[in-house]
Amino acid sequence: MQITSGESRARPMSAVRRRRAIGKAATIVLFLLPSAVLFGYFVILPVIRAAYFSFYKWNGMGPLTNFIGLTNYADILSSDHFRAALSNNLFIMASSLLIQLPLSLGLALLVARRLKGRTFFRLVFFLPYVLSEVVTGLIWNLIYHPEIGLLNRLIQFVVPSFESRVWLGIDTVMPAMFAVITWKYFGFHLMLFVAGLQDIPAEIEEAALIDGATPWQATRFVTVPMLASTIRISVFLSVLGSLQFFDLIWVMTLGGPLNRSETMATYLIKFGFQRFTLGYGSAVAVLLCLMCLVFSLIYQRFAMRRDTEGAITKAA
Amino acid sequence: MAQTTLSPIPRTRPSITLSDVIKYVICILVSLIVIVPIITTLLGGFKSSGELLTNPFALPRSFAGNNFIEILSGTRFWQLARNSLVVMVVTAVITVTVSAMAAFVFARLEFRGRDLIFNVYSLGLLFPFAVAILPLYVQLRGAGLLDTHAGIFLPQVAFGIPGNVLILRSFFRSIPSELEDAAYIDGCSIVGFFWRIMLPLSRSALATIAVLVMVASWNNFLLPLLVLNSQELWTLPLGTSQFQGQYSSDWGKILAFVSLSMLPAIIFYLLAQRQLIAGLTAGSVKG
Repeated sequence: MQITSGESRARPMSAVRRRRAIGKAATIVLFLLPSAVLFGYFVILPVIRAAYFSFYKWNGMGPLTNFIGLTNYADILSSDHFRAALSNNLFIMASSLLIQLPLSLGLALLVARRLKGRTFFRLVFFLPYVLSEVVTGLIWNLIYHPEIGLLNRLIQFVVPSFESRVWLGIDTVMPAMFAVITWKYFGFHLMLFVAGLQDIPAEIEEAALIDGATPWQATRFVTVPMLASTIRISVFLSVLGSLQFFDLIWVMTLGGPLNRSETMATYLIKFGFQRFTLGYGSAVAVLLCLMCLVFSLIYQRFAMRRDTEGAITKAA
Repeated sequence: MAQTTLSPIPRTRPSITLSDVIKYVICILVSLIVIVPIITTLLGGFKSSGELLTNPFALPRSFAGNNFIEILSGTRFWQLARNSLVVMVVTAVITVTVSAMAAFVFARLEFRGRDLIFNVYSLGLLFPFAVAILPLYVQLRGAGLLDTHAGIFLPQVAFGIPGNVLILRSFFRSIPSELEDAAYIDGCSIVGFFWRIMLPLSRSALATIAVLVMVASWNNFLLPLLVLNSQELWTLPLGTSQFQGQYSSDWGKILAFVSLSMLPAIIFYLLAQRQLIAGLTAGSVKG
């Protein structure tokens, strides 16, 4: 980076260019530094450390000395409690894909075009997504409440002989939870689909109608296939959200009763923070991360290819 | 409805068909399922617990709103709301600033290794928050950030960086390079170009990510739950969830509290619905 004065006098442009090059290098460093420091320290480093902790038996205090190799992983995989948590994640995933997404897509087709009052309906459908998980959880704790809850009263209004149920009890806690998940998140997927539908020119569907297709056929064989990339993103976000599911469960049931609504994330928090087995909790975190990573890579490789750039994994 | 004569296929269509009726029935039904729980919560806030037990369905006997008055005249709710607001604003300001700077480099300044660094940033999208939370807790403890607001907003910023850099980068790339050349010919420095041309042209994208970050911060629960110990530092979601435990039998008061804590989000939504919906959905798809 030396600048000899002779050279700069001989070719004045070169000095300008060089000054610009130094300015550019400085800009790159200064502009990247803040985000790199924050991202490195609060995201990358913890993820690496989680992998490191997972090979130790550690209560979170003092030095890491008790190296136990893969024992934590072996314990997790043979734990019934963890398997129950995993199967709850899979239940949320399956029901989201089989029920929530088709429902959102169907409603999106209703409110995407023509229908008068569609803006109002969209506004209403998206509303629960804006509420916090805590507020949502408390609202539904009220709805499901055995004594003052709306749901029991509503059913008794129709079927007077119905006996009040504890909806968040052992038998029904996961379906009840899934209803809340659908209530909160269907509007998000619906708006994704509406946005996707608005990119499809209405003329294409009209052409199919002119050619004699029924409205159902035009929707099923023309419109929906053109939404494929939006559907793939919606599936992607649903699966990752289901694997990481935490807040609503923590607010409503803490994973109970009898661990019946445990998910991998609530399991991780319980073992890490309540039982102070940080090594074990970290191993759970690593497994969870691997599941997300493997799914993302396979899915992006085979299903999405280019249309994923920018997918934010946090949305459920 | 007057039939338009310009239509390529003149079809006789009655103004309201059977399929329209079915569509409306479905939409109204779903709207009710969405709205009734929220309304029940609001109305429940006006009831005493005895009243909730005897007539949970009916309108409250009085709209005097004693529960609301009690909460609003105390300091607790305001303290929680103020904490949430502080954390939200600080998170948004830092996130927008550092993400815009990084995105500018990735979009406009070429150097060796740029793609590699960018890929590392993108990888961050795949790390769920829960994965990092245990070591993050250990690190925050080591850095003395436990039980501080910085312990909330710094990790929030960090985890927001990958997604927001991605969104801003593709926006910055869409700005024509002729503008850049012209600016440099006119003697503008790189920083000057970023500050005086790029940022003003990107106002809508910056607003979008600010909205995304603000909603996520306002609703965040897990991080405050683990990091904040002192009650006077708690945020609204944390305080609301603990309020339930504290008054587990007094549902009227709980519902009033829940109503008040969801009100800011609903008002924000109604005021900025267009930007909010566009931001929350487009942010996750297009980038």
